[in-house]
Amino acid sequence: MFFLNYIWVIPLLPAFGAVMMFFFGRKLQKSTLSAVCVGAVVVAFLWSVAAFWQYTDYAHGTGKPFEKVLYTWLGTDTGHLSFPTRDGNPSEFRADAGFLLDPLSGIWLLFVTGVGMLIHIYSVGYMAHEGGYYRFFGYLNLFMFSMLTLILANNYALLFVGWEGVGLCSYLLIGFYFHRKSASDAANKAFIVNRIGDAGFLLGMFTIAWYLGSFRFTEVAQLARSGHFAIGDPVITAAALLLFVGATGKSAQLPLYIWLPDAMEGPTPVSALIHAATMVTAGVYMVARSNALFVLAPQAMKTVAIVGALTAIFAASIGLVQNDIKRVLAYSTVSQLGYMFLALGVGAFAAGVFHVFTHAFFKALLFLGAGSVIHAMSGEQDMRNMGDLHRRIPITHWTMFVATLAIAGIPPFAGFFSKDEILWQTWTSEHGAYIWLWVIGYGTALMTAFYMFRLMYLTFHGQPRMSHEVEHHIHESPKSMTGPLVVLALCAVTAGWLGWPHSLKGSDHFGAFLKPVFSKEAPVLAEEARPGQLAAGEREEEHTSGTEYLLMFLSVGAAVAGWGLAWHFYRHADKGYKEPIAATAPPVYNTLYNKWYVDEAYDYAFTGRRKAGPVRFGVLGLGEAMAWNDTHIIDGTVNAAGWLTRASGTLSSWWDKWIIDGLFVNGPAILARMLSYPTRLLQWGLVQWYALVMVIGLLGFVAYYAYR
Amino acid sequence: MVPITTLHYLVVAACLFVLGVVGVLTRRNVVIILMSIELILNAVNLNLVAFSRLYGLHGQIFAIFVITDAAAEAAVGLGILIAFFRNKETVNVDEVDLLKW
Repeated sequence: MFFLNYIWVIPLLPAFGAVMMFFFGRKLQKSTLSAVCVGAVVVAFLWSVAAFWQYTDYAHGTGKPFEKVLYTWLGTDTGHLSFPTRDGNPSEFRADAGFLLDPLSGIWLLFVTGVGMLIHIYSVGYMAHEGGYYRFFGYLNLFMFSMLTLILANNYALLFVGWEGVGLCSYLLIGFYFHRKSASDAANKAFIVNRIGDAGFLLGMFTIAWYLGSFRFTEVAQLARSGHFAIGDPVITAAALLLFVGATGKSAQLPLYIWLPDAMEGPTPVSALIHAATMVTAGVYMVARSNALFVLAPQAMKTVAIVGALTAIFAASIGLVQNDIKRVLAYSTVSQLGYMFLALGVGAFAAGVFHVFTHAFFKALLFLGAGSVIHAMSGEQDMRNMGDLHRRIPITHWTMFVATLAIAGIPPFAGFFSKDEILWQTWTSEHGAYIWLWVIGYGTALMTAFYMFRLMYLTFHGQPRMSHEVEHHIHESPKSMTGPLVVLALCAVTAGWLGWPHSLKGSDHFGAFLKPVFSKEAPVLAEEARPGQLAAGEREEEHTSGTEYLLMFLSVGAAVAGWGLAWHFYRHADKGYKEPIAATAPPVYNTLYNKWYVDEAYDYAFTGRRKAGPVRFGVLGLGEAMAWNDTHIIDGTVNAAGWLTRASGTLSSWWDKWIIDGLFVNGPAILARMLSYPTRLLQWGLVQWYALVMVIGLLGFVAYYAYR
Repeated sequence: MVPITTLHYLVVAACLFVLGVVGVLTRRNVVIILMSIELILNAVNLNLVAFSRLYGLHGQIFAIFVITDAAAEAAVGLGILIAFFRNKETVNVDEVDLLKW
């Protein structure tokens, strides 16, 4: 049990690599750097395998989770941080630095460290001639640390730490070539759009903590499955939807998928690791981890399914006409993530996780293969300038061909099993409307096959459309790059066999392994009699197998049809090849080529980079409004206050001059002077005048007494 | 022939009085003003004596007081006049205006 007990070492190994890069990266040799960073991830992978092995011993198929708490990160033991939950009971606010290994996180652990290890090895070859070598590996290791923290966390808060960490590393790695404005813009876009989702995630997290009283997954699942809450509980529905908003941002669903195509500005190993195999699956992981809550909120699950299906077909439609090889793969990722959420939304959690698992292998392989092609073509990424490479870079060609077969859903390759499982679960889920989701999923499968084989034929077959200089430099990639390609190709072939369905006489090890994580919901649901929500394995007995074989046949037919169409249109693509959609319906082609004008719409509505007439909406519009407010209203108020002060000053001075000085000071003086005029006359200084006055007074007396 | 009654005495006294007052009020020379004041006093004396014939001797006694008073007053007045003349070299009453505003 050694590796299991020290499971917390697994994230710390790449963290150590990152720290080494931070402090000593600049001074070390390239070989030392590679050894430290790649070695850290290799050791992490081996440790993960050992821990997983020991876990299977520990759990004996019961799926009971192994929890290891290191210390209390947030919270105290003294009860000072208790808060009242909705019931009124005080609950302790606590988030531990704790690690949880159960079947779900175990699967994620294996493929994250495995694919991560292969990509690290690949990057040694790919980035050999690039600058910033130590920075690249430092960020890549930091990413592995964050992703592993996310996966192994035992509570929402620590998961969120990892969540933010992968977002940060995504920003750092997309903007790796930060000298290019397009790259730094794409990095900003990724981080900001992620942040919008994170706001929803945080609100959902806090709602859960307030409503259920805990952050820990085990306690939340236990409370949710205890029957204490009614199905369709509005607060839980709100919490689940908010969590899904976070997943929308991180896993690039509508409407927050816009960052993923632009994220192709980063180096190709980054696209492979982060934007295909690991980071974008974090949203799926989080929703799968919260399955107990989602099961209590059918409205939320319906939303998840619809958003997933719409995203799948939307992104696939855009991928049909893109010319940059990495963009096609980016839209393909968005589309496949839509499939995963569709699966989670209809209640087929195990099928969704299975698709994550197989998708990690073949998508990483596709991206690494694309990187190999770009490496061979001296940096050319536009498929219009490729062609006829299959003889010149055979290993890349054959591995990518395997991956394309896998993603298209051709049996017995990996994608067939997972995709078919999802489509089957969608068809047989309880709500009648899910038939339409099956139709959407089916259409997406057809489109997926078409655009993936289009990619294959334009890149590797047809006539060579590149310049002669580039043609001379075409060479197969070094072993450090082709090695991981071959390993991933093997996985792409065999990984699907883990989930060989019962209908084809398989034993579905994958679904059985995951069953305990998801099927504890059965006691809750049995009261409501909703068999559509049960785990994958139990559904087989409910419906006739005949329909299942028919649907299986149809989905293989769609894959083959897509292949056939692509073969027909692009097999002989020479210098002036025409896009069939452009030839038949140019407006459709333009809309798809311009990505349904979503970025432009966001520019009008949300960022405000383009004005809609005289008005600017969105964030920049808010900025303009604030600036107008500041200039006119606030400064106007300040100016008015100033004017008022001056006016009152003028008034005061007038008052002072005329009223105070004039009326109250000078007034009495003037009055006194006026009154004193006659009085002054008494002191002329003329003696005879005085005598006259005396005489007049005398006469007055006499008159008075005479006429009394 | 009209008999000389008290009225006649009073009229004469009044005329003398008015002459005196007019003199005080209009003459420029201070000495003349003093003389006019004497005239006023004498007019008063005449009045007093005229009435003493009717009402007893009090009038005449009072007249003696008035004469005494007039004499003292003339002395003081002349003294002031001389003091003033020493300062200002003039007996024009219009120039007695040192206390003018």
